[in-house]
Order: sequence, then C-alpha cells, then structure tokens
Amino acid sequence: MSKDWPLWEVFVRAKGGMSHRHVGSVHAPDAEIALRHARDTYTRRMEGVSLWVVPSAQIVASDPADDGPMFEPAEDKIYRHPTFYDIPDDVKHI
Amino acid sequence: MASLPPIDVPTGATGKGAFDSSAEEARSVLFETLLRLGDDSLILGQRLGEWCGHAPSVEVDLSLANMGLDLIGQATHFLNAAGAAEGRGRDGDALAFHRDVLDFRNCWLVEQPNGDFAQTMARQLLFSTWQQLLFERLTASTDETIAAVAAKAVKEVTYHAELASEWVIRLGDGTEESRRRMQDGLDWMWRFVPELFEMDAVATEAAARGIGADVVAFRADYDARIAAVLAEATLAAPKDQRPILGGRRGHHGEHLGHLLAVMQFLPRTYPDATW
Repeated sequence: MSKDWPLWEVFVRAKGGMSHRHVGSVHAPDAEIALRHARDTYTRRMEGVSLWVVPSAQIVASDPADDGPMFEPAEDKIYRHPTFYDIPDDVKHI
Repeated sequence: MASLPPIDVPTGATGKGAFDSSAEEARSVLFETLLRLGDDSLILGQRLGEWCGHAPSVEVDLSLANMGLDLIGQATHFLNAAGAAEGRGRDGDALAFHRDVLDFRNCWLVEQPNGDFAQTMARQLLFSTWQQLLFERLTASTDETIAAVAAKAVKEVTYHAELASEWVIRLGDGTEESRRRMQDGLDWMWRFVPELFEMDAVATEAAARGIGADVVAFRADYDARIAAVLAEATLAAPKDQRPILGGRRGHHGEHLGHLLAVMQFLPRTYPDATW
C-alpha cells in the first residue's frame, strides 16, 4: 500500500529556539496523516517539540551533475569561515 | 453495677477492622475497578501488538505499536495497583500472565480480533473515544493511583481517538473497497458498545465511593462524538443489535483464550525467564 502513498520530508524542532532540522521522510496519503506518521516515527523518544512535513515532490534539489560549478568555487575561500572572530563561550548554537 | 468504660475509636481510625465485611467489600470494589481498567488496556495493547510487522506500511506499523505500548504502560500501573489492593502478594505480572479467561475483567470490545486494518480502526475509535471520556473523569478519582494514571494516560488516549477518527474518516470516505471494509468493521464492533456503558453493582459502588466514574453520564457525549466522525466518514451507524454483556464478570468470547495463550505462553513455560 505504501508505494501508492506520496513521500513527505520530515523536519523536527528539537526544542524551543532551535531551527527545524531534516530528519527523514514518511509515506502518507495526505498532510494530516503525514504529520501523525512523522510523530509516530520520529518523535517517539522525545526528539522534538514541533514538526513540519513537506511534500517531497515540492523540494527543489540541485543537480549532482552540477557539483563542480555549484560547490567547488567555495573551496579556496577560507576567509568566508567565521574563524577569525573570537566567539564568547556563552553564545550557543552558532 | 459498674460498667466497663466505652472504648473510643482512636483518632484517624475508620472504626472498621480488617475482617469486617465492609472493609473487605471496599477492598474488593477497588480491586475489581482496577482489574477492569487494567485488563481493558492490557488486552487491547496485546491486540495492537499483533500487528507488529504486519501493518499496511512501516509508518502504520509504528503507529499501532506506539498505541499498544501506551496501553500496556497503563495496564502495568493499574494491575500493579490491583495486586496491592488485593493484598495477596500478586503484582501486575502475576495478574497479567497467571490468570485464566474467566478471571479477566476486560470488556468484549477490546478482545475482538484485529481483522483487517479497517476493523482494527473501528475498534480503536469506539474504545479510545470511550476511554478518553472515562479518563477525563477519573483524573478526579478519590483513589490517588487511578487519578494519577488517568491524568498521564488521558493525553495518550486522546491521541489514539484522534488517530482512529482520521483513519475511519479516510477509509469511510475513500475508495469503494475501503468504504466496504470500514462499514464491515463497524458492523462487527457495534454490538459491543452497550457493555461500555453498563453500570453493574461494582461500577455503581465504585462511582458512589468516588474511585470510579458514572459512565452513563457521558453516553450522550460519546454518541455525539461517534456520530460526528461517522458523518464526516459518510458512513451509516449500524443498527443497534442485541447487546453482548458479561466481560466485567468474566464471561468472554472464544477469542480471548487464544490471545492469552500467545501472551502468557512464555512466562508460564519459563517462569524464571528474564529479559
């Protein structure tokens, strides 16, 4: 049956103040059931306080064939890393 | 003639000795009430566990297993408390694994076979909606254990009732086949609903003592909720049939023994097994 159901990408917010992170996907016939499947599949061990589900078909992905032009130009731009700044110890989630 | 001075009842004492019949009766009402609550959750939890590895998809498999584990958690609390109330040294495991069919106090609805997924969802809707309304009231129970377990479990069973509603609506208002299966599932389960609202002597006494709830008081609310789900599912409520009663007194159908045989086999065959 599941092969007939569309795929949904699941995002979980681990706790208040954090951003939602992609954790995986579920099959479900519609958005409401997708949320419940996501709850039962990905938050059964208290992993989250909020859930997003997005139809996988709505995700626009980069083409692996374009890896070169897409990502390689960043390789030698080390000055883009924020490693030249001192970050105070009490700043979390940078 | 001088008479003996009257003997005052010490402060805080009930005036009832442990061998007085009323004390024994109070204990047995609490024991029976806890058994009914625990056995409902235990048997339905075991039924849902039977789906493990067989559900229509891995996501549904997890949904059913999660519900089953919620119910078995409730059963553990209720049956441990029942063992303590009984005072004969039995704990929840002893009550779950070393009683036979006639000693079980669950309602008929929860022991019904899973059938197909639609039949399982029909059973879940009819039971979880009732259990939610019951637990909402039991949070005010004068028995601390019942009140505490109900307060925790009411969130679990609210989710069960919602999930079952979602599926009943989708299957009922789905394809020709899903609709037929959903209607068949409802038709199978419908005759076991009146038992949920039976107030026998034990239930009446438990309600009077404040440890149990008057289930008749939420019958109208229950009927309205089920009717709303069926209306959205475009399903017809089955005709009322001859009610089947007796689970609370140990009268069960042919299915419960088979369920217990599977559930109890291991601890009975290997009493010292641990895992």
